[in-house]
Amino acid sequence: MTTTLPSSRATDHLDVLESHAIFILREVVAECERPVLLFSGGKDSALLLHLAAKAFAPQRIPFPVLHVDTGHNFPEVLEFRDRAVTAAAARLLVASVQGSIDQGRVADPGPNGSRNRLQSVTLLDALTEHGFDAAFGGARRDEDKARAKERILSFRDGFGQWDPRRQRPELWQLYQGRVNPGEHLRAFPLSDWTELDVWQYIEREAMDLPSIYFAHRRDVVLRDGMWLAVGDFVTPLEHEVVERHSVRFRTVGDANCTGAVLSHADTFAAIVEEVAVAHVSERGATRADDRFSETAMEDRKREGYF
Amino acid sequence: MVAATKDLLRLATVGSVDDGKSTLIGRLLVDTRQLFDDQYDAVIAASERRGVGDLDLSFVTDGLRAEREQGITIDVAYRYASTPTRKFIIADCPGHVQYTRNMATGASTADLALVVVDVASGLKEQTRRHLCIAALLGVRNIVVAVNKMDTVAWSAVAFERVVDQVDAASRELGFVSRVSVPVSALLGDNVVERSSHTDWYDGPTVLGALETSEALTWESAPGARLPVQWVLRQPGGGRSYAGMVSGEALHVGDRVTVLPANVETTIRAIHFGGRECESASVGLAADVLLADETDVGRGDMIAAAPLPRVTREFEATICWFGEQPLRVGGQRLRLKHTTKSTAARVTAITGLIDIETLTVAAGDALTTNDIGLATVSTADALVVDDYREDRVTGSFVLVDEVTNATVAAGMLGHATFL
Repeated sequence: MTTTLPSSRATDHLDVLESHAIFILREVVAECERPVLLFSGGKDSALLLHLAAKAFAPQRIPFPVLHVDTGHNFPEVLEFRDRAVTAAAARLLVASVQGSIDQGRVADPGPNGSRNRLQSVTLLDALTEHGFDAAFGGARRDEDKARAKERILSFRDGFGQWDPRRQRPELWQLYQGRVNPGEHLRAFPLSDWTELDVWQYIEREAMDLPSIYFAHRRDVVLRDGMWLAVGDFVTPLEHEVVERHSVRFRTVGDANCTGAVLSHADTFAAIVEEVAVAHVSERGATRADDRFSETAMEDRKREGYF
Repeated sequence: MVAATKDLLRLATVGSVDDGKSTLIGRLLVDTRQLFDDQYDAVIAASERRGVGDLDLSFVTDGLRAEREQGITIDVAYRYASTPTRKFIIADCPGHVQYTRNMATGASTADLALVVVDVASGLKEQTRRHLCIAALLGVRNIVVAVNKMDTVAWSAVAFERVVDQVDAASRELGFVSRVSVPVSALLGDNVVERSSHTDWYDGPTVLGALETSEALTWESAPGARLPVQWVLRQPGGGRSYAGMVSGEALHVGDRVTVLPANVETTIRAIHFGGRECESASVGLAADVLLADETDVGRGDMIAAAPLPRVTREFEATICWFGEQPLRVGGQRLRLKHTTKSTAARVTAITGLIDIETLTVAAGDALTTNDIGLATVSTADALVVDDYREDRVTGSFVLVDEVTNATVAAGMLGHATFL
């Protein structure tokens, strides 16, 4: 028999966050009929999948994994998605933004446009199609000021909308998940984790991640103050100079609007050190789509975004 | 090196609207350099856009459009700060009486209440209400930031007057520790940096008080409790019962009782995340195997002596959030207690708490944001401790069967000050 845990209170902050997240995963599965885990292939959803495996071990994860695919993926992330889902023996569903465009559910923003906001429609359509009444997301409250306001179990009305003025009281750890048909919940087990907590935990668990989180050399162009990776979705414009740098990605979003950061951090430990002293937030450093307005995230969330 | 091991302190701001809670949290985050450059720049830009000066620190936490337009806090904002030894989860709560439910949400998980009082206007009714709710919720430590000291020329007399008011209001509430700090959240005095205007004050800054306050102060039952969340099938047969441990730690070999069935057995094995371990500490989301075959499901409790009690009727303290008043024979209600959900009924309203005098008056209804005493009966048996003994097994919420809204926070038993 191995003794892996202290017999006193769990006082280490990572242990507390881990157990709280596992508790939430189990509560939602118990209270809801058809949960699903939203999986982008980014570090937060990878962490969520890792915690779900822990929460229900030795059984398989009792819900499928849904990837809302914008069609603008980093290939390394798609590879990781398939690897992680296979490792967890989970069932993968893919909802395609291109499909929503082809069906005329959303307008095509063009090859260089952001498909980020369109995902809300694809996501809500997929939730309706499969009859999901709860969707786990890896969102964290430290990411954005609107997310900082959101409950751990967050109610969505029949149109998928979040109403920040009428959130349900959420006391203690009594998560209340009752919804009527057509309504659903978003559940955020990582609400109280910060970016640094996530990386410290990933390091502790030696988790598998997409390779683009680690520093590597690649061709990039500087556009709107961000380093974009030259590839299938980013073609250098006439005045842009292709440079080769050691970079890594702090977040994983669409390849055409997620910026890389200049970095030499190629190990867990080096990334933890880098994150601990960062001066710019992860979304500020890497997401062009959050720069448009003061309340970009609140507006997207109201429409049903992640 | 980044220290991986820190403890965790959850704190909630309490106090009346416009006394400066959000500004204080903004100041705390800015002066401890917890804010990223782009977040800081965004606060400056938003301040300029709304013509509220160079830097409105309340915009650090008041992130919703409606909050910024009105200059108020509507719902709790959660913010995070870290020092070398401690992670802080900060719930910045609204002060308006109509958002009391959101304040209770923020305070229900807090180890400490950061009470903010405007020195010029003194202690207001809403602050008394918040102090009362914080005490009812079992918060034992408070730090009182007597704010806007710059508006009273840093007067020690004015500071002491507010300290006396808070003292009078909270004497009965059973707080174990109270530290009062004269601050200007706007200017930053005594928040993180010591003020040069308060030579007469030799106590800690707000940050100093938060760093040294005791963490994990929740009441916890004297015996282990595992409310069963979920049943996990083990390879080769057998089942384990998953839940978060409260009260005391569970160990392999412990004698336990499955409640409400009242079947005695022994803990055969403990798992965490699929790995075997010898014990499960309080707060761990573990799963346990029992030595004897017995019927256990979600909503049952595995407990060690001294055992909780099994009941279908109990006295409780209720914070009512519903829009329609709570009356006997009124709303159809569902009650959630630990992992158990059951139909419930309020059979008597036995009192209404006067937050001014902390006495119990007669009453036959609770209106929105009232706190009262009631008798609750449930369709299924519950396994409970008094809230004063255990925050987990002594708390419940009431849900309106028709709207699914969470309409009340409930605590088994009565607070000692009532």
